Amino acid sequence: MKTIITVFMKEVVDNFRDRRTLMSALLMGPLFGPILFAFIINLSVKQSLSNANESLDLPVIGSEHAPNLMSYLESNNIVIVEGPESRSAAIDSVANGEHDVVVVIPETFGENLANMVPATIEVITDQANTQAERETRRATRALRSYGQELAAMRLTMRGVGPTIMRPLNVDEVDVSTPSGRSAILLGMLSYFFIFALLTGGMNLAIDSTAGERERGSLEPLLCLPVKRDHLIYGKILAACLFMAISLSLSLTCFHFTLKFMPLQELGMTPNFGPSAVIIAFLLLVPFALVGASLMTLVASFTKSFKEAQTWVSVVLLAPTMPILVVSILMVRPSTLLMFIPSLSQHLLLVGLIKNEPLNMLHVAVSVGGTLIVGALLTWVCARLYRREGLLG
Amino acid sequence: MIRVDNLHKSFGGVKAVKGVSFTADDGKITGLLGPNGAGKSTTLRVLYTVLTPDSGTATIDGVDVVTDHQAARARIGSLPHDAGLYPHLTARENIAYYAKLYDMPGDTIDGAVQKVIDQLDIKDFADRRTKGFSQGQQTKVALARSLVHEPQNVLLDEPSNGLDVMATRSLRERIRELKNAGKCVLFSSHVMQEVAALCDEIVIIAAGQVALHDTIDGIRNATDCEDLEDAFVKAIEMVDPIAAQTA
Repeated sequence: MKTIITVFMKEVVDNFRDRRTLMSALLMGPLFGPILFAFIINLSVKQSLSNANESLDLPVIGSEHAPNLMSYLESNNIVIVEGPESRSAAIDSVANGEHDVVVVIPETFGENLANMVPATIEVITDQANTQAERETRRATRALRSYGQELAAMRLTMRGVGPTIMRPLNVDEVDVSTPSGRSAILLGMLSYFFIFALLTGGMNLAIDSTAGERERGSLEPLLCLPVKRDHLIYGKILAACLFMAISLSLSLTCFHFTLKFMPLQELGMTPNFGPSAVIIAFLLLVPFALVGASLMTLVASFTKSFKEAQTWVSVVLLAPTMPILVVSILMVRPSTLLMFIPSLSQHLLLVGLIKNEPLNMLHVAVSVGGTLIVGALLTWVCARLYRREGLLG
Repeated sequence: MIRVDNLHKSFGGVKAVKGVSFTADDGKITGLLGPNGAGKSTTLRVLYTVLTPDSGTATIDGVDVVTDHQAARARIGSLPHDAGLYPHLTARENIAYYAKLYDMPGDTIDGAVQKVIDQLDIKDFADRRTKGFSQGQQTKVALARSLVHEPQNVLLDEPSNGLDVMATRSLRERIRELKNAGKCVLFSSHVMQEVAALCDEIVIIAAGQVALHDTIDGIRNATDCEDLEDAFVKAIEMVDPIAAQTA
């Protein structure tokens, strides 16, 4: 026990003085995720909100044939601009991306309208161009609602109530709460936190194995009258501490950046107050043991710091796998899934953000299962340290 | 006292050590001399228990290095090939770390660390981080680290590698002091002059075997060479003619 504490203390002091470890544990990991997240959210919110209010420039050919329609469109925040001179020129300009959408109104439009013959309006667009999709949708929606207004007017003129045209009234009832809606977007957050946690201990895990070997300090260390298991336990514990620090910084940082995200405008109110931060920390922190032992294990097989970095980076991606699979399959949390580290943390965190009550059985299985996997990996590390091939 | 008996060790297909036997007594400096790749380091690494021998035994003060390796390690202070200091720790912290791992009582550590710092003349740079230390400074700190618990047996693997004349001289003085304190000192080298200047007994190793084990005069007599270098080459020739040509 004394050895473990000695090694633990030394690794902590040593790594607090190492700029590389500090950068990754206290700066990169914790700040990178939340800030990147805030940036993306801000950008996408701004874009979707601004698009609704922004006027749409719509090139129209033959606008003179439908003056009423034009003024209707303009009242719908659509600015009519002069289109290409001919229909074929319009098709070309849409095909080569010059215009996203062009409306063509034929000469016969007014006449057909007056004669109650369906009057054709052409909307030229490129379906393969996803960027044009939104503008096209806005244009066709405006045109359609103009059509409906005309229809309603015609019916009224004939003394028929316009509601006769609406035999069905389809009404969607959205049961998702604002917190629930946030979960879809914030679900990927759990990965940011796990990422921050892992990067926090990454350098330490590498330094205490491949680094020690490269520096030549492993051999003298193994000459000491201590159990090799204890050396590795101390090192893994130190990596856990750095991971926990990194995680808590990341959670705190996210708590504050959340204030600068316009999530209310998206109808989301994620549950991420101080108490949620603490619970999230407690839910996620058992994963540190899995992360630290897995990274130590991987780094133990490598010959140099650089080689270790390459392989340990793969470990950074490993926790995404179960999260990804479950997101695609849309699996609901179950007790069985709680045995899978990283996935159980993800599911619990999503529930927490949705402001759902914590299922204590799930929490117990997640914490217990994760710690058991961590303990097993730690044991494998200790076994590995007993081999003499360790010195390389 | 260190006793090695018919030690064998191979790596893959390469037999590094093929039946090495010798004894290093307390109060004596024993030199392990041999060309590069002769098996010196492998023998030492078996002694400080990082390697397990394929066959044969080795004991430190009667404690077997295989069956009771932790107790054996507690009886030795070793300076392996690399100094292997922690660059972010000061010299003093490096030494104290090992003192703690040697399980020294907490209240004696500061005093013991200060003592080796004084003995090995580390005072001037004791509280600087070891990053950027010269080779000589690093070796001194590494030596201090291995002596802090005052071990009865001291194993040094080519300690004078990369040291300048002054540093080598002071290292030799330290080794003699250890001998005078009744310690058993075993060190490896590939430089005949160095071994001759220091050792009471010399074990010449070549091709994984002991070629000769004697005092300096004994080796001169056995090889019939007055010049030490000639004696060294001749001794190696007896077991490994090819290595002798390139030595």
